[in-house]
Amino acid sequence: MKRLASIAFATAIALFLQGCAGWQSALDPKGPAASELAWLIWFFTGLCAVVWVLVMAALAVPLLMRSRQHAEPLALDADADSRKLRVVTVAVGLTAVILVGLTLLSFFANRTLAAIGSDAALTIRVTGHQWWWEVRYEDATPSRVLTTANEIHIPAGEPVRLLLTSTDVIHSFWVPSLSGKLDLIPGRMNVLDIKADKPGVYRGQCAEFCGAQHANMGTFIIAEPRAKFDAWWNDQLQPAAAPTGGEAKAGENLFLKRPCVMCHKIGGTPAGGTVAPDLTHLASRQTLAAGTLTMSRGNLAAWIADPQGVKPGSHMPVVDLSGDELNAIVAYLEGLK
Amino acid sequence: MSSADLTSERDLPPERETSVRGDIAPARDGPRDTGMDDASLHRWLARTWRTPPGIIGALSSVDHKVIARRYLITAFLFLCLGGLNAVAMRIQLSGPQRGLIGPDLYNQLFTMHGVTMMFLFAVPIVQATGIYLVPLMVGTRNIAFPRLNAFGYWVYVSGGLFAWVSFALAMAPDVGWFAYVPLSGPEFSPGKRADVWAQMITYTEVSSLAVAVATIVTVLKQRAPGMSLDKIPLYVWALLVTSFVVVFAMPAVMITSTFLILDRLVGTHIFNPAEGGDALLFQHLFWFFGHPEVYIIFLPATGMVSSIIPAFARRPAFGHLGLVLSLIAVGFLSFGLWVHHMFATGLPKLGASFFTASSMLIAIPNGVQIFCWLATLWDGRPVIRTPLLFVFGFFFTFVIGGLTGVMLASVPLDLQVHDTYFVVAHFHYVLIGGSVFPLLGAAYFWFPKITGRMMSERLGRWHFWLAMIGFNAAFFPMHIVGLWGMPRRVYTYPAELDWGNINLFISAGAVLFFLSFVLFAFNLVHGALRGTPAGDNPWDAGTLEWATSSPPPSYNFTRIPVVTNVEPLWAERGALPVASGLRVDARELIISTVAEAHPDIREKSATPSIWPLLAAIAVGATFLYSIFTPWAIIWGAAPIAVTLVGWFWPKGDPEDEE
Repeated sequence: MKRLASIAFATAIALFLQGCAGWQSALDPKGPAASELAWLIWFFTGLCAVVWVLVMAALAVPLLMRSRQHAEPLALDADADSRKLRVVTVAVGLTAVILVGLTLLSFFANRTLAAIGSDAALTIRVTGHQWWWEVRYEDATPSRVLTTANEIHIPAGEPVRLLLTSTDVIHSFWVPSLSGKLDLIPGRMNVLDIKADKPGVYRGQCAEFCGAQHANMGTFIIAEPRAKFDAWWNDQLQPAAAPTGGEAKAGENLFLKRPCVMCHKIGGTPAGGTVAPDLTHLASRQTLAAGTLTMSRGNLAAWIADPQGVKPGSHMPVVDLSGDELNAIVAYLEGLK
Repeated sequence: MSSADLTSERDLPPERETSVRGDIAPARDGPRDTGMDDASLHRWLARTWRTPPGIIGALSSVDHKVIARRYLITAFLFLCLGGLNAVAMRIQLSGPQRGLIGPDLYNQLFTMHGVTMMFLFAVPIVQATGIYLVPLMVGTRNIAFPRLNAFGYWVYVSGGLFAWVSFALAMAPDVGWFAYVPLSGPEFSPGKRADVWAQMITYTEVSSLAVAVATIVTVLKQRAPGMSLDKIPLYVWALLVTSFVVVFAMPAVMITSTFLILDRLVGTHIFNPAEGGDALLFQHLFWFFGHPEVYIIFLPATGMVSSIIPAFARRPAFGHLGLVLSLIAVGFLSFGLWVHHMFATGLPKLGASFFTASSMLIAIPNGVQIFCWLATLWDGRPVIRTPLLFVFGFFFTFVIGGLTGVMLASVPLDLQVHDTYFVVAHFHYVLIGGSVFPLLGAAYFWFPKITGRMMSERLGRWHFWLAMIGFNAAFFPMHIVGLWGMPRRVYTYPAELDWGNINLFISAGAVLFFLSFVLFAFNLVHGALRGTPAGDNPWDAGTLEWATSSPPPSYNFTRIPVVTNVEPLWAERGALPVASGLRVDARELIISTVAEAHPDIREKSATPSIWPLLAAIAVGATFLYSIFTPWAIIWGAAPIAVTLVGWFWPKGDPEDEE
């Protein structure tokens, strides 16, 4: 029995640590804000655990006592009650002290968090849509303003300012390993500063219920060394790669003739819709449909052929395509590196 | 209560009554209980206070115990339905990318789970317990405004039916129990689902306001002679404070839902930012109600704990005054915390920090309550029976919920855990640990009073352990998976995030927890049919409800007791002093003064009537119709007016003629 318990305990610990190391975990911080918060979480948890153990000990005391001697419930021991009053008073006083301490602690943690992005050089506007993220890199030079979707590249080691808003319902931007969450509210603009210490891919997802596909509204922060980030930005500013090969060329034609063009934009072509993700460099992204599928030829075909099966309720309509047409469009999109 | 004890007729001088209405012929005045022997008193009172026979009679009942029993059973059925919703959700979430339930159904399921548990189970059941117990505990014969009370029940039933019939028709709300705009607004929720949410709120709020008003007046004006403010039982205090919180909080959510209906149905733009409205206004209004709501559910449970602990610790509650002041403090403070539900909306930092401080502050009166209960238990080993076991379960779980609540009060910390499974864990520890466990304890505690029979102690212990293990297995790991990044209200999650194993474990715990309620239901039925007879006071407890027979007669007390202590049955071993002078051929009550409970006047309590049911049907039909057209309010006004005229038609009593 004891052996079994220790195995169970070890398994639980192992599972817990495995989860801590997840790429979407508040307990596996990868930036200064999340580190501060993880420390705060552990401190609060520790203190609360101590308080809980003390209360449970106080509850266990009478269970270890002998039964009450006197049968008459109103015959109270005045001395014992005045001792109890002192104990209760001290306990309430300690509670107050702990609460004041925790209030101050959280106030100062808030100040630390607010200071993180004070010198952010890069500003990115993130707009929530049902159920994807529009990402726009602001720049003083209009030709360098860049619009993409769902994946946010940032330079590692630098604070970045995110301006959060929404055009439909309320969403919430949350990448736990970098920072706490903040809502995207239509008619309002919120500011969230994030910083990743090291290059890496950090997953996040919408944290405010936003309708049918709230569960499949993922996002990725991709932190890169500065040089690589600058190169990425320059690549993304280029118009879409011209299709190579007959099938891809046919795909481009089909894309422009079919309803796809009503919603999506592909830079360098007449496709200029803005109600759905910008596809200019679609194939350079790691996932499809806001983190729902990994980027691959098969998944592209699956998503286009049956969007309501992959992501029921999403605003991507089923477009009637023959098998050849589907293949052609996939071949074209696959080339949009 | 002994008949020999008529010594205490210091109250209710009958001359005073008659001198007020000197011109009323004595023939109008019926026989009084003064000096009447027990057998004839029983015959008189039973005839005067009975619920009429037949179906119409049953539907006309205004007996607080009859209404409360219906309330309790209905609320328990809704608990089972809400629990089934939860089990369905847990099966879907037991592994990554399961396809059992799609987003459309899942979103209805979690909305119905929240709506059912909050509006159709938790608030009604704590109020129903109060409807049953408060008149008994304050020593009166019926609740104040008994017809309003009956009306409240019928409106509640129609609201519950409305919501669940909508669910059966796949048009249940799918926007969460909080129904934030713009998601629930006209643009993003076409169809009738969000309207169902808004009107369901209206039904249940009307009914809980009705009960709250009746409870307040019962406590303030119908207490037995001698039950001055310092002798009111803690449970009754808890219900009084709760009822005031209801009266001040519920209008906020009725405004919210009415504004939403106006936006959706009439075309106003109150919440539409594009037209100068404000989406966040909804959240402020909703949580100004929503946070007190938690205390509406929790405070009556503290009253139950304050009743159960003294009975088994064999002494009055330690720190009675401190407990009462804590209740009142919590009632007030509960209105100053709502913003901690909105830390992630990006409010100004200084304002948010204020709400950190106020949210921390409410832990102090709650701490006072916990410490006083512990001190009550410290006199020696308590008598351990199932009700007390559930109180221990309450300590074990609620303290965890309270402490995680302190974590959520911190703005920066909240930004990591807000809207994750951590919060789901937190509020289930608070609501189930803080309210459902005391309610289960209360069920075992007062079941003998309601049915006259005991529930099985052996099954009770099995039930307790099954519930404790199931509950903690289901909800404790949610803290962890929340910190691992799992948000709330997702119908599925990707396999690569490694949340599968822990979710499977949680689902297994949830099924276990559900089974514990199956066992509880069996114990209830078994106890009602086969339980050993309980007698008047099986626990030798001290408050007035144990002074009458189990189950109590329709008139509650043969003679109205006179209260000399906060635990009157312990102070007056053998026989309670009683007051007399009430008529026995009419439904007369003692109306007493607010502070001292000095008997003031005799007042008639309403007789059974079918009109509250008819009024509730008219009101319910109007609400139902109003999700389709705003003109429903106009057309519905006429039948409502007719039923109200019937309800308040003069009875020809002397006081009506005056």
